[in-house]
Amino acid sequence: MTLVLVLVGGAVGAVTRYLVRFALPWPTVWVNVAGSALLGLLAGLGSGLPGWVGTLVGIGFCGALTTYSTFALETYELGRSRRALWNVAVTLLAGIGAAVVGVGLGRLF
Amino acid sequence: MAVGGALGAAARYGAGVAWPHATDGFPWATLAVNVTGCLAIGVLAGLAPRHRLAMPFLGTGVLGGFTTYSTYAVDAWTLADAGRPLAALAYVFGTLAAALVAVWAGHRLLRRPA
Repeated sequence: MTLVLVLVGGAVGAVTRYLVRFALPWPTVWVNVAGSALLGLLAGLGSGLPGWVGTLVGIGFCGALTTYSTFALETYELGRSRRALWNVAVTLLAGIGAAVVGVGLGRLF
Repeated sequence: MAVGGALGAAARYGAGVAWPHATDGFPWATLAVNVTGCLAIGVLAGLAPRHRLAMPFLGTGVLGGFTTYSTYAVDAWTLADAGRPLAALAYVFGTLAAALVAVWAGHRLLRRPA
């Protein structure tokens, strides 16, 4: 059952990440920031959540929505440029910042 | 892409089960998943950058589903929040450096001659 939840969440997360490509500039930054905020929220809510939500949404959806490989590849392809530095700085600051805000919000409830 | 994402997520889940870490422990499984995924995407970018199926299925699907940023970000904060800020910093920048080196190495090792 757990595996089914991970598979379904992973499929939906990957397709969502692909679709964001057509909707927003800097799509990898957006999916990584949004997914980090959502996973942070789940982590902050903690034991208040049923276990299957963490598996489906946390491990499956958020895990597949966000990506390290595409982030690293895009940074590499930007080469030694200011844009590469910005890509790293924004992804790190906004992504981890979003996770911290998500955890904080989750703990309020 | 959906199939690739599902397979990648399941493989990542498997790695987490095989190599669990305590709440305030160092997330080695996620680090290993992200770095190996980056090595693989570097190889893929070198071998088949414009292949009609390889990049969407393997790159966006499997490797995108396998590697993760959200777990990395939340685990980094969890480490810091548990009173281990140096471990958190080492995790954040260690993963970043290893991931970039992995993409570079994968791309350089198996690039098709132009």
